[in-house]
Amino acid sequence: MNARAIGGIIRKDLKVVSQNKGVMLTIIIPPLILFVILPWIVTLMPYLDELLGITSDDLNEFQQLISRMSPGMQKEFAAYDQYQGFVVYFLVYIMASFFMMIPLMVSSVIAADSFAGEKERKTMEALLYTPTTDRELFIAKLLSGWLAAIAVAFVGFGLYVIMANAAAWSQMQRIFFPNAMWLVLIFWVVPALPGLGLGVMVLVSSRAQGFQDAYQMGSIVVLPVVFLLIGQVSGVLSFGVTLVFLLGLVVWLLDGLLIWLGSRSFRRGRLLGA
Amino acid sequence: MNTSVITINQLTRRFKETTAVDQLSLEVHAGEIFGFLGHNGAGKTTTVRLLNGVIEPTSGSMRVLGLDPQVDGPALRSRTGVLTETPSMDERLTAWDNLSIYADLYGVPRSGVHQRINELLAEFDLADRAQERVGGYSKGMKQRLALARALLHKPELLFLDEATSGLDPIAAHHVNDLIERMARRENRTVFLCTHNLVEAQKLCDRVAVLEHGRLVALGTPAELTRQYVRRLDVDIEVHEEQVEGTLQVLRSLPRLVVGAPVRTNGVLTATLAGREAIPDLLEALVHHNVRVYRIAAQEANLEQVYFALHGEKESVQ
Repeated sequence: MNARAIGGIIRKDLKVVSQNKGVMLTIIIPPLILFVILPWIVTLMPYLDELLGITSDDLNEFQQLISRMSPGMQKEFAAYDQYQGFVVYFLVYIMASFFMMIPLMVSSVIAADSFAGEKERKTMEALLYTPTTDRELFIAKLLSGWLAAIAVAFVGFGLYVIMANAAAWSQMQRIFFPNAMWLVLIFWVVPALPGLGLGVMVLVSSRAQGFQDAYQMGSIVVLPVVFLLIGQVSGVLSFGVTLVFLLGLVVWLLDGLLIWLGSRSFRRGRLLGA
Repeated sequence: MNTSVITINQLTRRFKETTAVDQLSLEVHAGEIFGFLGHNGAGKTTTVRLLNGVIEPTSGSMRVLGLDPQVDGPALRSRTGVLTETPSMDERLTAWDNLSIYADLYGVPRSGVHQRINELLAEFDLADRAQERVGGYSKGMKQRLALARALLHKPELLFLDEATSGLDPIAAHHVNDLIERMARRENRTVFLCTHNLVEAQKLCDRVAVLEHGRLVALGTPAELTRQYVRRLDVDIEVHEEQVEGTLQVLRSLPRLVVGAPVRTNGVLTATLAGREAIPDLLEALVHHNVRVYRIAAQEANLEQVYFALHGEKESVQ
């Protein structure tokens, strides 16, 4: 395995992406909104009840939602007052689903640019005439998306730890975030998530005409996370350490399947449409 | 004896219903500039891809630099350089970044990367714009940079696919000079795909003509013109007072002179049926007391070969 060549392709892909304002905005803006701005909005919401039209009925609905959660979570929420419960529910549990979208989205954007975008810009052919093997090309293309997605997720998580605790300080009066579930999410699930975006993108990129086409075809990958979010909001799912760990296991298994399928069909000639 | 750098035997590549390369067999010798001629879609680019192990053949075999491209693709590609039809440069990156990334991919020794890039940028007259994004370059500059990239690892065999396509005459002349220098001074073998026949005539030691993926002619430009172009234009200069008489003599020799002779700036030009008609023509002119000051055969060129092969001009074969 030629590590220098793999490093060269990763360097090339990341440099090219970093020079593309459209792609960079897609990578930077959603995490900024989610991890920096949203915590402040959430913590301010209880104080804006009149402005936002929050009524006692809404607060009762929130209590009913808690009553549908697992006994462990009900016990956790019993220790909070109404405002604290709302902040913890949103910043800790609902945000977990939003957080999972970030590595999926970043890996999909970079993979779309790296595979279909390169084909569209007609820069792929020169790459295919280099002494790299098909396997090295495949690994390099996966790693560039994977590393970038994990880096964005980890930096985002660091920012979010600071922002969530700072924004909720007046309600919580202590560092309440991250909890054990988030640590499992960050160190077990997040590293697996880019594999889904990348695996799907490898499969769709040979059929896509260009970056936009590939990105749209590949965006189907966020659907499972949307279902998780709906499950949480409706109270059907309660994110705990065990559930998140199992979720990670499923994602790793899917990664393995998608990457196996992708590697089977990855031939340099196919990247030229041959 | 010529050392064979490329040996192709009955090579065929099909894409669904289309046969891009059809039963192609040829050899390319070490150190020569080999022209691969054919119009768009003739199968030139597909052949380059096959010879570099980028795509697989449907049938047939090939050896390039003694290697099988399908089995030893990476080892082979480390010894070949390819200039693709479009420059295929990352336009968001600088020229320096483009070259340094490809130096990693081609395994140029780390200690020599800076020196090699500086050498090439200077050689291709790009040194003062090395830190600019390639997107701002002219087409000629991009093509020169792509050529520099193809030479980064000092390949033994260079594939140039339409190297001067779309360039202005000065830029094309510069690129052709570079190609000639690489082949003649640095003893590299050059496989030149082109549909520019003047360029091929000037640069190539031997040429192959491809039509719908099939090889239709192979040889030196001189061999091909002898083989395929029978007609011969000759310029005849006679005393001014004898021009009209000479025209009449030429018109009276339909067995030797094909078509109507023309007079341009005092020089008569006649199209003969072939080289063997020259002695007979001279004999006829002398017989009619024409004082011939000069008779010169115009060299047939690849353009005439190409048209003769493709039947797009009247042929006297």
